[in-house]
Amino acid sequence: MLSRFVAFTSLGRRALPNQYDLFAFALILAAFIAISQVSQSVTLPLTAPESTVVSLDYMHLPYYALRTTLRMFAAIAASLVFTFVYATLAAKSRRAALVLVPFLDVLQSVPILGFLSFTVTFFLGLFPGSILGAEFAAVFAIFTSQAWNMAFSFYQSLRGVPRDLIEVARGFGLSWWQRFWQLETPFAMPGLIWNMMMSMSGGWFFVVASEAISVGDTTIKLPGIGSYLALAIDEKRIDAVFAAIVAMVAVILAYDQLLFRPLVAFAARFRVELSAGQIQEKSFVANVFARTRWMRASMRAPAQLLRTIALLRMELPVRSSQSVPQSPALSRMIDILWIACLGLGTVWAGWLIVDYVRQELSWSDFWQCVLYTIFTMMRVVVLMALATLVWVPAGIWIGLRPALAEKVQPLAQFLAAFPANVIFPVAVVFILKFSLNPDIWLSFLIIFGTQWYILFNVIAGASVFPNDLKEAVANFRIRGWDWWKNVIIPAIFPYYVTGALTASGGSWNAAIVAEYVKWGGDTVSAHGIGAYIAKATADGDYPKIVLGVAVMSIFVIMFNRLLWRPLYDLAERRLRLD
Amino acid sequence: MQDNFARTSFASKKSLLEVRNISQRYQTGSGELGPAVLDDVSLDLKEGEIVGLLGRSGCGKSSLLRIVSGLIFPTGGEVSYLGQKVAGPVDGVAMVFQSFALFPWLTVLANVELGLRAKQIARDEARRRALKAIDLIGLDGFESAFPKELSGGMRQRVGFARALVVQPNILLMDEPFSALDVLTAETLRTDLLDLWVEGRMPIKSILMVTHNIEEAVLMCDRIIVLSSNPGRITAEIQVRLQHPRDRLDPEFRQLVDKIYALMTKRPEPVAPGREGAFPGLGFGMALPRVSTNTLAGMIEEIAAEPYLGRADLPALADSLQMEVDELFPVAETLQLLRFAEIEEGDIKLTAAGHRFAEADVDVRKKLFGDHLLTYLPLAARIKLVLDERPTHTARAVRFLEELEDYMSEDYADRTLKSVVNWGRYGELFAYDETSETFSLENPQ
Repeated sequence: MLSRFVAFTSLGRRALPNQYDLFAFALILAAFIAISQVSQSVTLPLTAPESTVVSLDYMHLPYYALRTTLRMFAAIAASLVFTFVYATLAAKSRRAALVLVPFLDVLQSVPILGFLSFTVTFFLGLFPGSILGAEFAAVFAIFTSQAWNMAFSFYQSLRGVPRDLIEVARGFGLSWWQRFWQLETPFAMPGLIWNMMMSMSGGWFFVVASEAISVGDTTIKLPGIGSYLALAIDEKRIDAVFAAIVAMVAVILAYDQLLFRPLVAFAARFRVELSAGQIQEKSFVANVFARTRWMRASMRAPAQLLRTIALLRMELPVRSSQSVPQSPALSRMIDILWIACLGLGTVWAGWLIVDYVRQELSWSDFWQCVLYTIFTMMRVVVLMALATLVWVPAGIWIGLRPALAEKVQPLAQFLAAFPANVIFPVAVVFILKFSLNPDIWLSFLIIFGTQWYILFNVIAGASVFPNDLKEAVANFRIRGWDWWKNVIIPAIFPYYVTGALTASGGSWNAAIVAEYVKWGGDTVSAHGIGAYIAKATADGDYPKIVLGVAVMSIFVIMFNRLLWRPLYDLAERRLRLD
Repeated sequence: MQDNFARTSFASKKSLLEVRNISQRYQTGSGELGPAVLDDVSLDLKEGEIVGLLGRSGCGKSSLLRIVSGLIFPTGGEVSYLGQKVAGPVDGVAMVFQSFALFPWLTVLANVELGLRAKQIARDEARRRALKAIDLIGLDGFESAFPKELSGGMRQRVGFARALVVQPNILLMDEPFSALDVLTAETLRTDLLDLWVEGRMPIKSILMVTHNIEEAVLMCDRIIVLSSNPGRITAEIQVRLQHPRDRLDPEFRQLVDKIYALMTKRPEPVAPGREGAFPGLGFGMALPRVSTNTLAGMIEEIAAEPYLGRADLPALADSLQMEVDELFPVAETLQLLRFAEIEEGDIKLTAAGHRFAEADVDVRKKLFGDHLLTYLPLAARIKLVLDERPTHTARAVRFLEELEDYMSEDYADRTLKSVVNWGRYGELFAYDETSETFSLENPQ
């Protein structure tokens, strides 16, 4: 009797569809139709006229927006698969981790945009004559901007699964497959979803950049907002630029409401906490869905199927060495061999790069690259400092006012997701019109899209500033410089570092697009490594691209290691409030 | 309902579990095998009995439980269950955890079902059995709740239901009541004992780990006392009292006193060649984390009425609401620093202890510092190094590495932290957390 009660309690008394069903059904049907339309057109041959022609007619914008969004989803799906495989491997095998973790660390810092030319050529070669190759190249570019931090977050979660839960899973004889879906993935879910959100935010920037790209004489234009924008720039149509901006705003708002709010609300249940959370994540769409009747009933079978799949045993043919301890001597021998292999591999790869670059370029090219990178670094540093000076006080001011913070926070997150490169043409028009110095004024574009990460993290930090500390501050009349130095800056510091780390990484990437911009036939370019790489890409000069990207990567890694990592450690160790 | 008498005559019963000469060693910081956590432990678990492993933190009792359940491998010795060697998690053995270890994203029902579903037991069958277990353990009505909505006691009931639903022969319990408040813990104990005595649980025997002496005497038929560092069996006590047992029963009290005395007995002199463990002396001695405020408070408590310098440990534990695991480290630190002596379950202040109790803050600090230098080799070593060096500074790593030759990284870390705290109070040296450096100077 009890079992029936538990099983059917959620179905409700009446089984008729209600208005919420209608709403949800319409949404889903529309999505199906859209996907089927697009899937027809991505397999067109490259020569088919309608495949690559982009028109500036506003009527086409919704369709382009859809294509762009679907590319985005394809990339996020690929990133998820990558995350599950890569991070699991790194977390489960100590020896694999030795390679995979540093690899991920470097990939996170490499300016992916610089490699766009290589991936495009590669994928076009993979599907000769079909537009599918170009689609893959674009999706791959977005993937490379999304996958790393997701994989990193998943890896860290897997390493942090509480020991007693692992013991329960082992004690009850869960197989590796069951453990993965019942324990590890749910545990990693909140972090993974947060990082997916950050990745999607970053991804819009790349989708815009990767839809219209010319490498040497090859020009690829995939129908999408990015190529629409590129065409608008070519034809100097400022109205079309604004139309693209509006379309982008609509897309980002829709994806946030329809996808991420519900996901975040869903992920809240996976938080490991001992008391019920004070913050309730709300989502309009999730609420609608929760009220539908038929919709929910129709989801039951698929949900059941997924649950059954998650409970399959999927035993490996070889029983994963029932944790019988290896003899330490043997284990150490294998370690030494493994590390030796890695060392040799590294030397070989390094030699390959040097050899490739050396054939075409000289030392003077190298020093030029270094100099340009220093220019770009100065830009990043100065602008990060400026953004900090502006947004830290602003963020604190907002964060300490909960009512205001609640309104501003979504706006800041939206601005962080908005691809700044859509705005670039507007800035270029200004620079051309007033004949401004591009070395100074283009710099602002670098920080334009990324400064918001600082703002919303600082707001988040200030808004969780504990109330008892606020009262202590008031009680002891701490004001002025003392308040900044000893109270609020240490309190928001961990949040600031998180935001600034993201902003700094994004800024380096943005430099490749921001230092070399076009408006019709006019090119505005600043001195910097970003412009160097962008120009080399336009000329199809591969050795220069490799050299530029390599030098820039080294700088970014050093920048992260020498500045952000120590700051992050300091924040973790000394300034955590909980 | 089973006959109570039958349950208490174990000699004729067959062994469910045999633990033979188990030893377990730390991996030290340098990756080599360190001193033993468990040393040559053997025990049998027979059908129909509740056996308690009683010991203090660091005696390896939790490790022993995990070895028995097949979750970890011992460095030496072997475990057999129903005559079969244990080489991994065994069906028929289920564990209840101190931290409950529930999956927060699963409802109560799903948590209980998980073990069954993992074994590919059909959905309906799993549901039926889970509901039965939930019913048995008194969780009716909470099936669709998430763990975070439940109180600690209810959460642990889920832990019990989850263990019982797989119908194990042996139930392992790792301090199952120690994360609960006193009243809740008592209710859960009584409920569990009722189910056990009435034979309503599918299990044949229980092995529980605890550091609570009264709990052991209340629940167990046999209590195995483990010493610390390394964990060795020092005593085995049969409890022949009838259930339900009465804590105020003179026989009950006598047993409790006896076990207190056993657990505070001074260890025999350690074999030469190996430096002693707590409270034996030597550099490589693992120290507990005890705050100087607690030490001072304890000295004052013993010096004052009604103890006037000599207190019975069980009585002291009772009046201070302290568990053995909290009380013993304090008492033994006092003994180590010669502020008190422990004998036969009593703690007695020394002359220095009395002086400490009567002194003001500055004199106390001075006295404490002197005792640290005299009786704690690690403190003396740090002070000596600082005095000898021209810079009067030394990195903490230096001492940490030395300690790791004797104990695991965790213990080394804890030991050093204790010394830092005590040394700061005794004003022997200063310690800078950021640079992890000892020095003789106080900050300007």
